[in-house]
Amino acid sequence: MNGNSPLLRFWDEFVENRVALAAFLLVVAIVGIAALAPIVAPQDPYDLASLALADARRPPGFVGSKGFTHWLGTDAQGRDLLSAILYGLRVSLQVGLAAGAFAFAVGATLGAVAAFAGGRTESFIMRFIDLQLSFPAILLALVLAAVLGQGKWQLVTALVTAQYAYFARTAHGAAAAERAKDYVMAALSTPLSARRVVFRHILPNCLPPLIVVATVQVANSIALEATLSFLGLGLPVTEPSLGMLIANGFQYMLSGRYWISIYPGVALIVLIVAINLVGDQIRDQLNPRLRR
Amino acid sequence: MSALVDVRAASKVFRQPATLVERIGSAFGVCELPRPVHAVDDVSLEIRNGEVLGLVGESGCGKSTLGRMIAGILPPSAGSALFDGMPLLAGAGRPVKSTTRVQMIFQDPFASLDPRMRVGDIIAEGPVAHGLVSKSASAADVSRWLSTVGLDPQVADRYPHQFSGGQRQRIAIARALAMRPDMLVCDEPVASLDVSIQAQIVNLFLKLRRDLGLTMLFISHDLGVVRHVSDRIAIMYLGRIVEIGTARSVFERPRHPYTRALLDSVPRLRIDDRVEVDFRPIRGELPSPLDPPAGCHFHMRCPHANEACAVQRPTLLHVEGREVACLRATELDLSGEAPP
Repeated sequence: MNGNSPLLRFWDEFVENRVALAAFLLVVAIVGIAALAPIVAPQDPYDLASLALADARRPPGFVGSKGFTHWLGTDAQGRDLLSAILYGLRVSLQVGLAAGAFAFAVGATLGAVAAFAGGRTESFIMRFIDLQLSFPAILLALVLAAVLGQGKWQLVTALVTAQYAYFARTAHGAAAAERAKDYVMAALSTPLSARRVVFRHILPNCLPPLIVVATVQVANSIALEATLSFLGLGLPVTEPSLGMLIANGFQYMLSGRYWISIYPGVALIVLIVAINLVGDQIRDQLNPRLRR
Repeated sequence: MSALVDVRAASKVFRQPATLVERIGSAFGVCELPRPVHAVDDVSLEIRNGEVLGLVGESGCGKSTLGRMIAGILPPSAGSALFDGMPLLAGAGRPVKSTTRVQMIFQDPFASLDPRMRVGDIIAEGPVAHGLVSKSASAADVSRWLSTVGLDPQVADRYPHQFSGGQRQRIAIARALAMRPDMLVCDEPVASLDVSIQAQIVNLFLKLRRDLGLTMLFISHDLGVVRHVSDRIAIMYLGRIVEIGTARSVFERPRHPYTRALLDSVPRLRIDDRVEVDFRPIRGELPSPLDPPAGCHFHMRCPHANEACAVQRPTLLHVEGREVACLRATELDLSGEAPP
């Protein structure tokens, strides 16, 4: 990489915004901790044998019967909340990233194909997407999650269906602009196949706006997943995500055992805010009109 | 010499799709549908094997659209464009270009190269996709074409933004040549380059033509460049060809008033005994192709127009070894001072 590499210049400019840099490091740290959860967590929250009911609903700082301190307290089953949050982050991130990636692939392909094909194909795809966007994503996800049932992949399917339309619309706008450029004309005059023109030429040039949408949509997927899990439509109880942890502690809020809901909630908020800050900075940098 | 490209009565009409409101409105007679643009209007043209045909005209006269029809990018709305006897675009619905034998060079080398591909990939992509070169042999092929256009083969792993305009145009030419074309459509290939670079690229075209026996359609609004490279010249005005003939005859004895006016409008600088700038701009402006004048398209700006010119559409007629679309072609004497 030489000093003129566009990626390196982009990074230099990104680092100038200290808040965005901090948010980026936070995201990296959270992803790292979540990935290493089985190693760093003091307890395996899925292992029922390691739970002791005597330790249930203890406040933060309590030293449990297993001999280690529960820094964030325990939940109704005597589960160490810090461990549960780390494993919950893992699940939330997996679902959020998987949903974001699939929605990206499906949406970007549809949008670019629509822009390339034009005419009736374009009208049909884009009107359908407009129609879908007129429904709230949460409503669509709720219905699908209820129909498909519980499970990681069912949930990812529901999230992808609720969110691909945002990628499709962004990809369509960017691709329509690229479609008219001479390098696409050159590819058509070679001639290269439509598939090659769309996937090798048009889509790679639509990446910058799509990356911005992707960061925001990953955060949205995580929030949407938490909402569905909170409502009991998300993941099975055996794999508690952050949303389910919040739901589990909800009934104890008024009895003063705030930590069971609050700490997973704080973890969720920090993660979503950090991802959004990174996304905002990338968008600002890619939008020439906001350039200083 | 046989005709390599045969354009028969081809037209290209661009229509802006009407919105729902406009369609409903027009049904009730309260608003008008968007008017179609006749970019190319009933043009017939032959390009012979091995010749360079220059296509000249003002901006917006449809020369790029005609070039794109001949390059197989745009299907004609009416008529046909044949390459070696076969239609350039085949298939119903979404016609696909059926030959690799005609390739195109674009005006703006900053837009015509995919900014996210390396130069080597840009040049190798087409030939590999069409099986002209195997994947393993493509690196050697890229080097060969880069040296053919006068670039260092080492540059294959760089990106287009690392090159100047002239170098980029050479890359675009290498990309076209790598498809082993019989013909190049060059759409204003030097218009966006510095004058000093223009000469280099023009000379490169002449060398390639000599070495590879290429047929070319050379589109330009620069009369000097066109005269330098072309065997024959077609003059286009508002979607129609008004005069076509050998470069020498068209430049030295134009028979169409528009050709005469175009030649006179070129600023001339003489520095032998005194400095003098001399040119006569064409009066008026190019009419909108949305609403072209009736009869001869040029009659409103023509100093020789009479009543018939405003009504009757002139067809191409053989006059003095070239074809002219002017009702008064035989009676007018347009010989004047020849341009430099």
